[in-house]
Amino acid sequence: MTSTPAAHDPNKMAVLRRTQAVFSVLLVLFVSPLPCHNVPAYQKPVMVQQTGKVLPKPQMLTVSAEAYTLAMSGFKFTYGSSSQMCDIVDQAFRRYYDLIFVVDGVKKAPVVSKDMSELTELQIMVKEPCTGVYPSLESSENYTLTVAAPMGTLVADSAWGVLRGLETFSQLVYRTDDGMIIINKTTVDDFPRFAHRGILLDTSRHFIPIKYIKQNLDAMAYNKFNVFHWHIVDDPSFPYQSVAFPDLSAKGAFNPYTHLYTQEDVKDVIEYSRLRGIRVVPEFDTPGHTASWGAGLPGFLTPCYDGSAPNGKYYAANPMLNTTYDYMTKLLQEIKDVFPDKYVHLGGDEVSFNCWKSNPDITKFMEKMGFGTDYSKLEEYYIKNILDITTSVGRDYIVWQEVLDNGVQAKSTVGEVWFEHPTIQAVLERLTAKGYRVLLAAGWYLNHDVYNPGTDWSTFYKLDPRVFNGTQAQKDLVIGGEACMWGEYVDGTNLIARLWPRASAVAERLWSNKDVTSMADATVRMDEQRCRMVRRGLNAEPLHPGFCQFEYD
Amino acid sequence: MTSTPAAHDPNKMAVLRRTQAVFSVLLVLFVSPLPCHNVPAYQKPVMVQQTGKVLPKPQMLTVSAEAYTLAMSGFKFTYGSSSQMCDIVDQAFRRYYDLIFVVDGVKKAPVVSKDMSELTELQIMVKEPCTGVYPSLESSENYTLTVAAPMGTLVADSAWGVLRGLETFSQLVYRTDDGMIIINKTTVDDFPRFAHRGILLDTSRHFIPIKYIKQNLDAMAYNKFNVFHWHIVDDPSFPYQSVAFPDLSAKGAFNPYTHLYTQEDVKDVIEYSRLRGIRVVPEFDTPGHTASWGAGLPGFLTPCYDGSAPNGKYYAANPMLNTTYDYMTKLLQEIKDVFPDKYVHLGGDEVSFNCWKSNPDITKFMEKMGFGTDYSKLEEYYIKNILDITTSVGRDYIVWQEVLDNGVQVAKDTVVEVWKSNPSVPTEMARVTGQGLRAILSSCWYLNYIAYGEDWGKYYKCDPQDFSGTQAQKDLVIGGEACMWGEYVDGTNLIARLWPRASAVAERLWSNKDVTSMADATVRMDEQRCRMVRRGLNAEPLHPGFCQFEYD
Repeated sequence: MTSTPAAHDPNKMAVLRRTQAVFSVLLVLFVSPLPCHNVPAYQKPVMVQQTGKVLPKPQMLTVSAEAYTLAMSGFKFTYGSSSQMCDIVDQAFRRYYDLIFVVDGVKKAPVVSKDMSELTELQIMVKEPCTGVYPSLESSENYTLTVAAPMGTLVADSAWGVLRGLETFSQLVYRTDDGMIIINKTTVDDFPRFAHRGILLDTSRHFIPIKYIKQNLDAMAYNKFNVFHWHIVDDPSFPYQSVAFPDLSAKGAFNPYTHLYTQEDVKDVIEYSRLRGIRVVPEFDTPGHTASWGAGLPGFLTPCYDGSAPNGKYYAANPMLNTTYDYMTKLLQEIKDVFPDKYVHLGGDEVSFNCWKSNPDITKFMEKMGFGTDYSKLEEYYIKNILDITTSVGRDYIVWQEVLDNGVQAKSTVGEVWFEHPTIQAVLERLTAKGYRVLLAAGWYLNHDVYNPGTDWSTFYKLDPRVFNGTQAQKDLVIGGEACMWGEYVDGTNLIARLWPRASAVAERLWSNKDVTSMADATVRMDEQRCRMVRRGLNAEPLHPGFCQFEYD
Repeated sequence: MTSTPAAHDPNKMAVLRRTQAVFSVLLVLFVSPLPCHNVPAYQKPVMVQQTGKVLPKPQMLTVSAEAYTLAMSGFKFTYGSSSQMCDIVDQAFRRYYDLIFVVDGVKKAPVVSKDMSELTELQIMVKEPCTGVYPSLESSENYTLTVAAPMGTLVADSAWGVLRGLETFSQLVYRTDDGMIIINKTTVDDFPRFAHRGILLDTSRHFIPIKYIKQNLDAMAYNKFNVFHWHIVDDPSFPYQSVAFPDLSAKGAFNPYTHLYTQEDVKDVIEYSRLRGIRVVPEFDTPGHTASWGAGLPGFLTPCYDGSAPNGKYYAANPMLNTTYDYMTKLLQEIKDVFPDKYVHLGGDEVSFNCWKSNPDITKFMEKMGFGTDYSKLEEYYIKNILDITTSVGRDYIVWQEVLDNGVQVAKDTVVEVWKSNPSVPTEMARVTGQGLRAILSSCWYLNYIAYGEDWGKYYKCDPQDFSGTQAQKDLVIGGEACMWGEYVDGTNLIARLWPRASAVAERLWSNKDVTSMADATVRMDEQRCRMVRRGLNAEPLHPGFCQFEYD
């Protein structure tokens, strides 16, 4: 990473001035942006080198000094004779051919050196049938890549492993200043450390057009993320077009035509994801975070009271009515039909009891059920019903951690940790001790951006989901994590720049070996990955002063 | 502004949990994201309304309830019979016709109501000749706009006033849900509070492609900014292609072909700016912040020493050599030829004395000049020479405040840009104007510093004349600048990061000082953000909610 004096930092100067009297000796070091003594003179930023560094770093990688050229007309992807063949791999061949040979939107035939051997083929071997399959939590993503002229090989159990291997292959390729496309003799044996590597997008607080959702799916594939956690509805809006309850979006979307995900849109996103080995896990968060449901689903929310009279306000699903569970059964049945993933995220976070407490019918229901005045039992009652319904329609579920904290659930439940208190580690220890599988999101709230992205990605990078006090069995219950981009201040205008390449740090933490912790090495990969994403057409923001060979233009 | 509970704020929860034992009564208020009592229930964000609110708010604006329609085929801009005519206004006619009638990149013929009167013409009256002119600090931007069917009028002294008036006119126009294009009967009498309303872009720490510089100039025009402060070179790179010293960019740019502003590019930017009434003030910052100059201009930087031997490092212009001033004369002569604005920004900030102190030749020079060991005198000597050279080539100058802080005697017509806030912004402003010098404020408007959430309120509340001083001192404040330093900014994120946050600065610098209601400003900011998005700029959202036309 290049170093540069900060431009004009009024706050910095303020601090300096305040400490000036006391620390006059230190002042020389601090006040001088470009001192000639004691600290290095100003170094001109050097171009971020594209040298074929792979992010996330593979588990085992051996790169030799021997280099081969690739020619646009001479190179091909092929299937091995005993390989399975399918649409997923076919489509990937086309994408990666373009990623390797297209520069700045133009296919530029590279210069080929006669002095170097040429890599003319990458032969793919897929062991498992892959036609029409969807990725799952249990999918193998292992692959073995051997690059040696004239023909390299990529062997994987599944099409998903092929996708990961092709991404690695495309990253190993680099372009010299002379316009040659080069790949070194390389062997890679690779697999992910965690099975669930997700990005959460929130399409309720702002609508995100499909175009940017797809750009983000591209970026995810470039970083080997494999779960799109689609926080599709929440209080502000309900952009999901439900078949069973069309009024939910008709009355709950910001606009029922322009700010809507139609069934066609959702299918499109799921297929786009599938072809990139990305699961789409939709979140329908209840009983709280449901304000936008009210208009389109009358009777679903709880009427709030002032004294003995309803005050016209509503909050949270009404847990005492059978109709509530009828609605949810119908909706979850639809979700099962629309979203192929085995998991649905049921939310369950941040439930307030005020409205329930104000409602006399709920009070009576509490008495009848023997809940006393413990409204967490009412919440548990609601959640238990929803989990049972989900199971009955044939889906597994993920929930936010409150659900696990508030009551005993099935051991198959996956809990997503988002509290940092008392510490992330204490929460992980507590929940895994109860035997639950967990995902870590706390610590990776990338919507909370700070001035210096050069600093903040290192914080994400240093967070290891399995560093806490616990047995190996507990550690094994951590199945992955998610980088979250909540939508208060994010929409199509700034999503990609704000999320990337910062999320690449999370990508490496979730894929690479736990011993991959050198910040210096990671910085080199982060820099190259950022410039690579820019070259591929994504407006991934800069991490520090400097430049890429191909800028975003 | 819509209100919404924050999504999943782990820090918020931390506070709640930690205070739970102590403040159990308060907890009800805080822990509930959506309580039914005491605080309002959750309100669904409503669409940001496009109702023809103008930002920055005009000095005098009267809008009547009477509304007119505009038709694509029926509407025209015309010159009044005694008006001056020129390219600036001609080009603006075309731009604003598009801005009014184009939605989502497509010209959509609006629905016209037969029940409403139609505005068929806006007649422009420019008093001063405007062919080929450039805007200046002294330019009049006043205009009077009268919208009444069938023909409105826009009267201004200069083409610049016409540009500001056309921007206002285009903002008064709005589109109904039925697809009608509407403007209310309106009179506007408007002028800027401050003459210098700038945006600083830093193209040295990252190269910013011309495409995004132009997008930013568009955004500036939409917000009535009138100065592009082009911090074109600095330590990291020298992307300006100099005619006199081509090696400066050949050896100092990140890449001498792809990360370069050619003379053609610079001309293009200046012309694009001129047509929008925007001055281009280039900054060539010396004697510090010049690391990128070294390779292309050998001998310009001071060799640093370890003991009695040069250590191979260089820092800052060498103030003791005549060649340094020869170089600067030649460069400033070129700058005068290339940049038409009367002002050049000479920098002068953040000069360290360490290297100068280490150099024995400089030590001898200090003795010879009788500076003793006061290196600020050496800095003053350098700066004084540069200011004199600048005057001799026929340019006025702006400098960062250190030049003044360090005691350099400057001419009374020097403009000082205040960027420090220690001990306080008002103190700095009072000190500079107390010396009778004109001041530009940027301390409170470093928009490159970002924080989570909605932060434009603090920019809005900063008033450059809010300090203790005489009226004469207040009058010496000629404006301010929103700065976007380039450590973490390039083409990938410039527009989203700068806009609409800079719109808050725009209004502070244009509108009357009494325009301070945050509630009113919020409505204008929201509409302005959605307007910029509709016009094709990726201005980022200020809070949850939505625009009719999103960025797509």
